Amino acid sequence: MTILQFFLWSLLKVIVVTVVLLMAVAYTVLLERKLVGRIQNRWGPSRVGPFGLLQPLVDGAKSFLKEDIIPTAVYRPLYLLAPVIALSCALISIAVVPFGDPSITGPGNFHVFQIADVNIGLLVILGITSIGVYGIALAGWSSNNKYSLLGSLRSSAQLVSYELALGLSLVGVVMRSESLNLDKIVQTQATHGLLSWNLFGGFQFVAFFIYLMAAFAETNRAPFDLPEAESELTAGYHTEYSSMKFAMFFMAEYANMITVGCVATLLFLGGWTSPFGNLLPTPNNIVIRSILPMFWFVIKVFSFLCLYVWVRGTLPRFRYDQLMNYGWRWLMPLAILNIVGTSLWLAYR
Amino acid sequence: MHLILFIIFAALCLTGAVNLLFQKQPINSALSLIVVMTSLAVLYLLLGAEFLAAAQVIVYAGAIMVLFTFVVMLLNAGREERTLGSSAYRTVGFPAVAAILAVIATGFMKLQGFGDAGIQDHITSTADLSTVLFTRLLLPFEVTSVLILVAILGSVALARKGDAEGREPR
Repeated sequence: MTILQFFLWSLLKVIVVTVVLLMAVAYTVLLERKLVGRIQNRWGPSRVGPFGLLQPLVDGAKSFLKEDIIPTAVYRPLYLLAPVIALSCALISIAVVPFGDPSITGPGNFHVFQIADVNIGLLVILGITSIGVYGIALAGWSSNNKYSLLGSLRSSAQLVSYELALGLSLVGVVMRSESLNLDKIVQTQATHGLLSWNLFGGFQFVAFFIYLMAAFAETNRAPFDLPEAESELTAGYHTEYSSMKFAMFFMAEYANMITVGCVATLLFLGGWTSPFGNLLPTPNNIVIRSILPMFWFVIKVFSFLCLYVWVRGTLPRFRYDQLMNYGWRWLMPLAILNIVGTSLWLAYR
Repeated sequence: MHLILFIIFAALCLTGAVNLLFQKQPINSALSLIVVMTSLAVLYLLLGAEFLAAAQVIVYAGAIMVLFTFVVMLLNAGREERTLGSSAYRTVGFPAVAAILAVIATGFMKLQGFGDAGIQDHITSTADLSTVLFTRLLLPFEVTSVLILVAILGSVALARKGDAEGREPR
């Protein structure tokens, strides 16, 4: 395969994945509004299109056409840069996620279901998400507004604290599969379906719980949505943003949710492998064989997103000192204990 | 291809470093430092050290620099004032820096086996790295972690110091 072919194929993959991801972001917003509506015993958006299915498109058009206000007191370069950092970091990390069976390859042994197969895929995702903090931090600082500044201070403290627990919770999984490559991590969970998932067969349910909590905090979602707590901070770090710039923060938040869901699926829920293992016969048709893994992957991510919305609709917000105590005094020691336990178990086995 | 990437990111790194010194806003300096850190990570990657590159981004660009920006934001540090500096510093400082750099550079160039790593396709895997780290370099590795532990304990002891009445902080 020549370098030109490689470039064109990669470009195609990037375009397809980005378009699908952005559509997924739009419809995750709808999913959340619908589900939260049902939790609160109302319908949610139902007027635009059948079942309100066109609502995301109309919302997008609305935020595109709205007047774009830039307050006079902002520090312009960073004010304009912040939403770009937030959104691009949220979109880039999907590049290392494998969506389907890597044994099905295109011309020249080319990965079809993954943009980039990196040896250290997991670390790449962690690195990019850790850079994403700057979007929020700079947005709050450059807005020159008390609420924004407080929101972004809270957010950076929260993200730094919970990143530790998040990273430590993944160590057990990495130890079990002896690799940081996301494909290999999925392969180690592929043998017996549900029973060999890290969540069940790998005894990583403590790690999954820690990951879940830390991921909610990392994506600034309820019950850890203190950076944008409406009752105290108006809207937190994006108070001064309007129109498309606000929409970029909004999209970044949902794109991050999807990435977190993908990582949870890959690390704990067996990725694109079937939950029934070898109980289902492997289909011979190449089309079914390539679509079926993607189907399982999407189902798993979708359930994770529903869990997100369920938690948001049920739990009240933490207080700030509770948040910090919880992260440092409970989650982190628990994560370290989990690492010790997993290594003892792996050594004994 | 590797050479082109090296030139781009080395240039970016140096520009960031110079920009860091010349910016008046502290937050801009902090951001330039992030650019320096991340382009250094790319340079590590070009040398085949993928784990080091990722650790550089996660630890330095993602955690330590967040604390930097956090402090800048918390103190709301404004534009710094330019002073001309004392003339003694200017006359003695620059030659002194040049002399020290020259001594260090000659020292490094005389060292055997130093600077052998070239831009290459070979990538040192995380498994190889950890094998070396946990067998041949085990003692230095453990001593470093004890050092970090001491630093953590020290900072906790400083932060936990009770108030004037000797009350325990919450």
